[in-house]
Amino acid sequence: MFYLKPDHLNSDSRPEQAVQDWATEFQRLEQQARDPRLQRYYRAGMVAADTPISKAPLVAMDFETTGLDPERDGIVSIGLVPLSLARIRCADAREWILRPRVPLSSSSVVIHGITHSEVADADDLSSIIEPLLEALAGRILVVHCSEIERKFLDAALRFRTGEGIRFPVIDTLELEARLHRPLSIWSQLFKRQQVSIALAESRSRYRLPFYRPHHALTDALACAELLQAQVADRFTPETPVSELWS
Amino acid sequence: MSLPENPEVAQFLREHMPFSSLSDEELQHAASQIEVAYFKAGSEILSLGGRVDALHVIRSGAVEVFRRNGSLYNRLSEGGIFGEFGLLRNGVVRFPARALEDSLVYLLPEPIFNELFEANEEFADYVEVEDRTRLRQAVSQREDANDLMNAPVRDLVMREPVTVSAFASAQEAAQKMVETGMAALLITDTGQAEAEAVTHEPPTVVGIVTDRDLRDRLVAEGRDYSTPVAQIMSPALYSIESNQLVFEAMLVMLQHNVHHLPVMRRGVPLGMVDLTDIIRYESQNSLFVVSSIHRQMEVETLSALSADAAACFRRMVTEDANSRMIGSAMAVIGRSFKQRLLELAEEILGPPPVPYCFVALGSMARDEQALASDQDNALILDDSYDEAQHGDYFEALAKFVCDGLNACGYSYCSGEVMATNPRWRQPRRVWQRYFDQWIEQPTPETLLNSSIFFDIKGVWGEVSWADQLYRRILDKARRSPRFLASMARNALLRTPPLGFFKDFVMETDGRHGNSINIKRRGTAPLVDLIRVHALAVGSEALNSFERLDDIIAADILPRGRGQDLRDALEFISLVRIRHQALDLDDEREPDNNIEPENLSEFERKHLKDAFQLLSDAQKYLRFRYTPGR
Repeated sequence: MFYLKPDHLNSDSRPEQAVQDWATEFQRLEQQARDPRLQRYYRAGMVAADTPISKAPLVAMDFETTGLDPERDGIVSIGLVPLSLARIRCADAREWILRPRVPLSSSSVVIHGITHSEVADADDLSSIIEPLLEALAGRILVVHCSEIERKFLDAALRFRTGEGIRFPVIDTLELEARLHRPLSIWSQLFKRQQVSIALAESRSRYRLPFYRPHHALTDALACAELLQAQVADRFTPETPVSELWS
Repeated sequence: MSLPENPEVAQFLREHMPFSSLSDEELQHAASQIEVAYFKAGSEILSLGGRVDALHVIRSGAVEVFRRNGSLYNRLSEGGIFGEFGLLRNGVVRFPARALEDSLVYLLPEPIFNELFEANEEFADYVEVEDRTRLRQAVSQREDANDLMNAPVRDLVMREPVTVSAFASAQEAAQKMVETGMAALLITDTGQAEAEAVTHEPPTVVGIVTDRDLRDRLVAEGRDYSTPVAQIMSPALYSIESNQLVFEAMLVMLQHNVHHLPVMRRGVPLGMVDLTDIIRYESQNSLFVVSSIHRQMEVETLSALSADAAACFRRMVTEDANSRMIGSAMAVIGRSFKQRLLELAEEILGPPPVPYCFVALGSMARDEQALASDQDNALILDDSYDEAQHGDYFEALAKFVCDGLNACGYSYCSGEVMATNPRWRQPRRVWQRYFDQWIEQPTPETLLNSSIFFDIKGVWGEVSWADQLYRRILDKARRSPRFLASMARNALLRTPPLGFFKDFVMETDGRHGNSINIKRRGTAPLVDLIRVHALAVGSEALNSFERLDDIIAADILPRGRGQDLRDALEFISLVRIRHQALDLDDEREPDNNIEPENLSEFERKHLKDAFQLLSDAQKYLRFRYTPGR
């Protein structure tokens, strides 16, 4: 998780039109896809929009990156933890350290603690596309601030396969923003003296414990727990996923 | 790709029991298998009769665990575990649980739980279903740490005793020492000829002679080598049974200032132990404190020794002595202070005009002394006592001793249970009348008296009077169901708390306290309860552990409960003792208050179990001594 400062996000970065029926969308995307790995990913399908959240397979994901620009910066590590609303399963968690397309900057090393030597030994993302997409297949992604994961994964695949990727995301930041940014999320997001909706601060409102940030797997777990807490707090197990995803 | 490591989960587990007992490898494995669930305040986590498939570890928040009947069993916070009862019993929930606050719970799935339970003994011990099993583990683990002091004294006997007849000459005794390499011989009452012959009658040990006796009483005094050994021996007034414990041997030596003890088995000498055998295992401090007490010539220098007594206490705690050893050692030291003060008093006031017995009451009589105890004592005077003639003497004597004890760190008794109180300075016949009356017509006030005075031990003068009074009490009390019922009711006035919750003491009604007086809420009600049973079975013992032995032998408790009570008493006493030692370390006045934040996780869990046992035992006490049952 890269912690964003206000000027790092562009207010026009929201997806143009929100997809609601991802199950149908996936069928369409499967037809378009040429890479067999992407075809398999879409073929695994997506739950119907009216599926209750308690029945939906989920996977929380977090990236550590060299910076904030998906076109210029690369992914240094990926952490993911599958979960259902009832339980997060650490046993099936995955973590990859990757060699980014661009060199690590010293300032990003300070943030995520992954060093040049670790990255030098690591593989390029192209070698893990297959296991990564398998781990995500059939599950709704859960992230805190979907812009990063969505755009970085899309860009990373485009660079390596010539094709991007699209998928539904439940964004815990956005769920938090609904509560604390009631009018226009993106216009209000960066005004001062607002309730912070950053991951750690959001968690503390649900009495979730403090976890040291900037470790992809820990941040993924932190995000998964936050979703459980948010749903327990103001949704119900029967809430359809369409109310939560975008 | 290696197994993904989740540093936050592993770190949290590492800091909490029972996971802290796991190896790094086991811990990483457990952490990687954890599942996580979030529960909103008020939501049900485990429901009675439902399934439980994981050990629940509270990561944040608070959880209440209930009994089958819906009453609160425990309140747990961060690091607390639950669900283990059900896991060990076919996965059916025995103790339902509900989130008290919004809670994040780590779940250790059943297969991993079973793996660890099988492979790691400490882990298994900690989560073991039965509270009392867990408590017993706690107590016995400590006992292992100093098994030598708890070993039977026969373990110290390395070889058969060497005996000579009382009629042998001093020179023959010396030759025998040279032959056998022994520095001390047992002297038997057999004649010379008989001693050589095979006889079925075991010889009686009448004395001990040491190489030092040969020097001091024979050579130095220029006596003939043919002097019968009986004339230079020390009479063997004390011995110890082979199955008594090493520390009891030490106490006998301390109390009677002897350095050798014959070890007997059914009247036959098995061998001998001497002080050097024991001294290796025991803090020398308690011996030195006792002997220096007896050397002091005035109260001022005597009172300076109270610091040594505290140091000795601290040392025994550090050396993992059990509560019985520490309680006895402290009682011996306390008794020595009294004895020396009385000696000094008689030097100043002159010999007593009539015989008397100075008695210790309460914890000192029971050999269960800790620090921070006040003095409880009384004077039994001869029936020839005449107040007009002798009153002043005993008043002065009592004042000297009680003031002296106060100076030595045994503060005045707030309830005036001291020999300075004229009511507690009475001839034997008055004491008999008191005790008869207390038993026959119990009132709230006399019941309180009974719980203090019925633990009575003579420390100076005609000490057998105290024993005679105690036997009188026993004789009457056991035949008085009304009195026993009243004592039982009285023993229920002080109740244990439920346990701990975060840094608060949890009361059974859900209230919180900041600290707990572990004497008032733990040891005292237990001792009271044991006393009622002891009186009912006519136990002559004063020490609560010995009383429990008699109670168990009399078979009046449900199976296993006597042993449970022993474990509970030992554990609570140790916590009290350990916290007093902590007070000393921090240069605070030792007291009986325990702040939950100073309890280790181990202590919290086991104290809770011990309180539970006490509470159950109180319920049984009420049931058993209800009149008309």
